[in-house]
Order: sequence, then structure tokens, then C-alpha cells
Amino acid sequence: MNFRTIEENIFKILMFISLIAVMGSLIGIMAVVLIKGGAALSIGMVTTPPESGYYLGGEGGILNAIVGSVYLASGATVLAFFISIAIAIYLQREFTSSKAAGIIRTSLDMLWGIPSIVYGVFCFIVMMYLGIGTCLLAGIIALTMIEIPIMTRGMDEAIKMVPPELKESTYVLGSNRIETAIKVVLRQGLPGITSAVLLAFGRGIGDAASILFTAGFSDHIPASLFDSAAALPTMIFFLSALPSPEVRDRAYAAAFILLSIVLLISLASRLLTNKFSRYIIK
Amino acid sequence: MKILRAFISMDSRRKKVVITTKLMLAASALVCALLFVIILILFSGSLPLLKQESIINILFSSFWNPGKGGFGLYPIIIGTVYVTGIAMLFSVPVSILSSIYIAEYAEGRVRNIIKSFVDVLAGVPSVVYGMCAIIVLVPLVRDYMAPFLGATSTGFCILTAGMILAIMVFPIIISICVDVFRAVPNELREVSYAIGATKWETIKHVVFRAAFPGVSSAVLLGFGRAFGETMAVCMVVGNIPRLSSSVFEPGTTLAAFIATNFGEMMSVPFYYSAMMLMALILILVVLIFNIIAKIIIRKSYGGGGR
Amino acid sequence: MPAPQIVTRDLNLWIGEKHILKNINIEIPKKEIAAIIGPSGCGKTTLLKCFNRLIDLTENVKVKGKVIVDGENIFDPDIKMIDLPRIREKMGLLSQRPYPLPMSIYDNVAYGPRIHCRLKKKDLDETVKHYLEAAGLWNEVKDRLKDPATSLSVGQQQRLCLARGLAVEPEVILCDEPTSALDPNATRKIEELLVKLKKDYTIILVTHTLRQAKKIADYAGFVYFGELIEQGPADEVLVNPKEKLTKEYIQG
Repeated sequence: MNFRTIEENIFKILMFISLIAVMGSLIGIMAVVLIKGGAALSIGMVTTPPESGYYLGGEGGILNAIVGSVYLASGATVLAFFISIAIAIYLQREFTSSKAAGIIRTSLDMLWGIPSIVYGVFCFIVMMYLGIGTCLLAGIIALTMIEIPIMTRGMDEAIKMVPPELKESTYVLGSNRIETAIKVVLRQGLPGITSAVLLAFGRGIGDAASILFTAGFSDHIPASLFDSAAALPTMIFFLSALPSPEVRDRAYAAAFILLSIVLLISLASRLLTNKFSRYIIK
Repeated sequence: MKILRAFISMDSRRKKVVITTKLMLAASALVCALLFVIILILFSGSLPLLKQESIINILFSSFWNPGKGGFGLYPIIIGTVYVTGIAMLFSVPVSILSSIYIAEYAEGRVRNIIKSFVDVLAGVPSVVYGMCAIIVLVPLVRDYMAPFLGATSTGFCILTAGMILAIMVFPIIISICVDVFRAVPNELREVSYAIGATKWETIKHVVFRAAFPGVSSAVLLGFGRAFGETMAVCMVVGNIPRLSSSVFEPGTTLAAFIATNFGEMMSVPFYYSAMMLMALILILVVLIFNIIAKIIIRKSYGGGGR
Repeated sequence: MPAPQIVTRDLNLWIGEKHILKNINIEIPKKEIAAIIGPSGCGKTTLLKCFNRLIDLTENVKVKGKVIVDGENIFDPDIKMIDLPRIREKMGLLSQRPYPLPMSIYDNVAYGPRIHCRLKKKDLDETVKHYLEAAGLWNEVKDRLKDPATSLSVGQQQRLCLARGLAVEPEVILCDEPTSALDPNATRKIEELLVKLKKDYTIILVTHTLRQAKKIADYAGFVYFGELIEQGPADEVLVNPKEKLTKEYIQG
């Protein structure tokens, strides 16, 4: 046993401990949410909005937050989709010079790192300037800004992997750049594009900081784009801070629902990616 | 006019190309401009306060009492540094060591399983982390760690915030580092083995050194994420804008402060400006770290692409 | 000899700093198989890509000289990017490795026709069948037209690409070493198809197998490190060349 082996063994142990810390954290989080959340979960929670006094232990559920989250994340994902796919297609060599593409990609990278609360503050300023109060639409726009860098990055990666020869073989058929982009490039890149969209959706449904001041909060299910809207993350945030333990249990149940949705999306992404790979060339 | 006439005389297929291309350009330009617009608007929002007091005063004064015109951001900034610092202290060694294991020691299937774990961790929403921190870490600090070190704490303190933040930063550093380690060409490792080095020595002297720029940039990006993280921190940090003398005391960070106090700012003059300034500081610091990370990558791995 | 299909005048091409094509003056006859032979990596494929301006997609390309297709210089500086599809329609391309589009067999062949005209389903079915027959693939795929194109063997994929290219009714078929990825049986099928097709199409075949050129070419050009050393009827260039370099290449 010399020094070299001892050093190696020490680090091996340290690595092992680190790995346990990482995996343990995840297992811990899932366990906490599952156990405490699952215990507090009930059908009533998922099917009714909160009645007055809900936050003090009264009757009701969190349907307002569930529906709000679905509206917010879906709206943002759809909006972000069109913008992101436009940018991702445009980043190809056929449309922009390498320099311009570099500028666009760098801008997206910078936007990717901005904390979501900054987007929330920014949208709030604009809202104030326009004289609108908190509403679903504002929340959707804030979330869209967060989703765009994530989605565009994933789509860009998928489209970059499309072999240039494939595109060339459509150009010789007389296809123009747009026809090729839509009919061939998107199809070939579909698995990657799908996972990018779902990844962004997962991020959108879980974000609280950006919708805190933009979508606001409400005990009612939003009926129009101009109503305030609660969402699962904001609901969890508020419920966790309340003094009564039974009410905090509801936060755990909400977290259970939210985490389940995120995990389901992850799973769906994997499944759809496999399904969409049927036609693509390898 | 000439352009319009040329356009109208185009057949419909070509029209589609022209219109679509212009739309795509517009989308790209919009997104590029967004960054500047955000910074500009935050800056103009901060101006009233900046005109009122000097920036040095604001940044380094500890007098925080908005009702009495006290906008010393120093405690909040220091709080952010503490929390982020603790998070990075825990996270960087653990993440790098895990990455080394995943990239160099684990085999195919095991590696995939661990990578899936890390990906799931990355997707967990911030509020869920915060909630788990309340359930697990707060009692841990309050009932075990603080008394063990002879301090008292409610558990809602800088340490707790740092700890949960560390966990949140794992996936960022790990996923980049694993990719960077795997990208080191095998020839380098073979050369090292040929000299008679052990696996660990190869990793320490060859692989890690080759991957160092990538690892640095991963750490910088992780730092940026930690600096700006809002929800989980504000759920456990105690939210008191005071200079804390120990990690077991409550504090606050820029992001957490904005989230908690945003509602109050309307009534107090200059409070709004102060908030804008805080958001501006947030975005600028994060941007600087991101830019440095990018420069490191570009310099070490050659230009071109991400 | 009737008017050639394609003529290049003093064609020079640079990729970055490298001078790839040097003063090429080639004449490609109509409705014959013209083989372009020469050692690997000396510009044959680049020359081919000039005929339909596919070379535009490569970075850092500079072109001087003319490429005249049916009397029109396709490298005329007045031609804009948006005109290129029209220019490219005249030529079909068969590349080294078949690149089936990520769709069904039917959709691959139908891709071109769908873009260019609005056909009723019955007519489209007829068109697809016609060109799959022309490529000698119909019998093998008629029962599985909706299957992914990737489910075919490499040889079948290459014939599918041929059918796909024919479906837009080009005048010229550019072939870039189309059989290099195929086994001898599939190679033979492609060679027979090309001979059958030259009745209706001008075929330009880049190949580095002399055997193939000797077997099916009517006209030949020898390109050596970017220069066109010799061109003429296949019997002359491939059997009894005039130039020394050509002789050395032929003899091996």
C-alpha cells in the first residue's frame, strides 16, 4: 500500500460519498413529496377550487391552481413554439451567415441564464406602463420569455444534426429552403424538437418567480385572459408559509401533483422521442 | 415600389419563402433585442434612486429603512454572496467528484441511470425544493446542526438556503462536466496509462487538466444560477435584510428580497427604484458570469458554435 | 455532334485558399452517358456540384467563369438565391450514399411532384408507380409503399433516390459515384438502369472505377487535380487516350 494507492482510494471514497449525496438528494426529495404529499392528497383537492377559509383550514381544493398552471404553461409553450421554431430554422446556413447565427445564439445563451424573477419584474414594469393589472396573459408572456431560450436551444441542436446531404437532395428536386425546412428538416429533427418543447413546458409549469407578479393569484379558475390566475408553484409557495400544519399538508399535496406532472412530461418526452424516430434516417 | 412590384409578380411559392424568411428574421431580431430592452428598462427604472444617492452609498451602506430613505443594499448583497458562496462550497466539490465518477468509472447502463437521475433533478421546480428544505433542512439545522456548533437557530437561515441551493446547482455542473470529461480524447488517457500512471493519476493529471476550461465554465454557470435563484431561497432564508454575523442567522438575497417585498414598494418613494436596481444588479452579475464562461470555452476549445 | 447540354468556359473554383478547379472547359453531350474519371479528391464531385449550383451550400466558395446549361449561364451574377430552385429543377442528383427522405417510400417519390403541381390522388399514385417502375423498384415495393424509406436495403434506397429524382422530370441526371456504397449485384442494377435511361436523359457520371466507365460511358473526361486533361468519346479517352497523364491513369 503506497501513497498512490491510498490517494486513489481516498478519492474513490469521496466520489462515492458525493454520488450518494446527489442521488440521495433526489431520492429524498421524491420521498418527501411522495410520502407527505400523497398522504394529504384527496380527490376533493383536485376537483374543487378553494372556498373561503381554505387557507385557514376550510373546505375546498386547488383546482384553481391546477387549471391556472395548465393554461399558463400551455399558452406559453404554444407561443414560444412558434417563435423558437422560426429562430431555429433561421439559424441554418441556408438563411443566415455564420456571424449572424453566432450573434443570435449568443443572445439566446445570455437570455437562458437570466433569473426568472428578472423576467417577472420586467413584465410587471411593462404591465404597469400599460395600466394592466395581474392577469393570465401577462403570466403567459413572462413564461414565454423564459421558455424561448430553452426551447430554441434544443431545437437548434436537433436541426444542426440534420445531414446537409439530406437537405441537398431536396434542393436538387427543386424544393426551396422553406419547403425543405418544413417538410424534411422538421421531420428529421422531430424527436429532438419534441423533447425540446416538452423540456420547456416542464420548466414553464414549475416556475413561480416569473408569474408571482404577473399572473398574480386568485381563488377562482381563470375565465378569461385578463383574470388573475393562480398556479401550482405559487399555490405551493403561499401554502408553505402558512402557520397551520393541516394547511401546509395541502402544499405537499400540491407539490405531489406538480412533481408528478413534471415526471410524466419527462417520461412522455422519452416515449415520444422513440416513437418519432421511426421515419428518420440514422 | 420596384421591390413591391417584383414581389407581386413572384409566384406563390417564392412569395412564401420571402414572407417566411422575413418573419423568421423578425423573430430572431426580437429575441436579440429583448436582452437589451430588459437591461435598458431596469436601468431607467433605477435612475430616480441613482440620481438621488451615489452608487457607492447604495451598495455599501447598511442602512436599510426605506420608510426613512435608507436604501443601503449592502446587507442584501452580502447575504446573496454568503448564500451563493455556501452553495458553491458544497456543490462544486460534490458535483465535480460525481462527474468524475460518472464519466470515468461508471459503465454504460449505470451511467445512463445516474444521468437520468441528474436530469430529473434538473427538472424539479424551485418551489418543490424550497418546500422540501422546509420539511427536512430547517429542522435539521435547528435541532441538530446549530446546537452541535453551539448556536441557536430557527432553521430559517443562510445556511439552510445555501444547502438547498447547493442541491439545485448539482445538475447544472454535473451535466456539463460529464460531457466535458467524456469529450477528452481517449488518446490522452492512453498516453498516460502507457507511462504507467494509475487511473486516478490519469484523471488528476491529464483528464481534469484537459477538461479544466469546461469545468470552470460549468462552475461559473452554476454560480450564475445560484446567484439568481429565487423561490427556494426565499422560502428558507428568513428574509431579514440585516447583516448576519453567523450562517445560522436569517438573512436575504437580492432575488429573495425582490420576491418577498415586491408588493410593498408602491407606497414608499424610491422603493420602486431600489427594486429595479436590485434586479439590474442581478441580471448584470449573472450576465458577466455567463460571458466569462463563454469566453473561457471559446479560448480553450477554439471558436465556432456552442 | 448536336449542341451539348452543358458547357463550361474557363471555370475556376476556390474553396477558401485552395484552387480546386482550374480552367475547366468541358462539353457534356445531350442524351449520353458522360463519365468524369480521375483520382480521388481532385475535384470531380466539386465539378458535378457546379452543374446545379449545389456548390453554393459549401462555405467559402469563390467561382469564376461560366457554366452554360442549355444556353443559359447559371453562374450569371444577376441570378438571385431565389432563382436557384428553378435552375436546380433541370438536374437530378444521385449521391454516393443514398439519402432517403424521412418519410414513406410513396412520399419520397411524391415529394417533388407535390411541390411542383397539384395532382389528384389518382394521378399522384400513377406518377409514383411510373417512376418506381422506371427505377426498377416497383415490384419490390408495391405492397409496402407506406413503409418508411429507411426499411429498404441500401441498393433499394439508391434506386428509390433515382425514382425520386426522375419524378421531377429533369433533363440531366448527375451521378456522384452512385454505386460506391453498393454490392456488385445492386451496382449492376444501377448500371443497367442508367443505360436504359440515357435514351431520355443526359447522364453525367462521376466514377473512380474505370471498369464502370468503360462499361457504360459514351463520353468521358479525365480530371486530374482540378484540371481537365482530356475529353472525348469514351472509346478514345478510356482505351486510346492522347494525353500522357490519361494513359498513365488508365494503365494504373
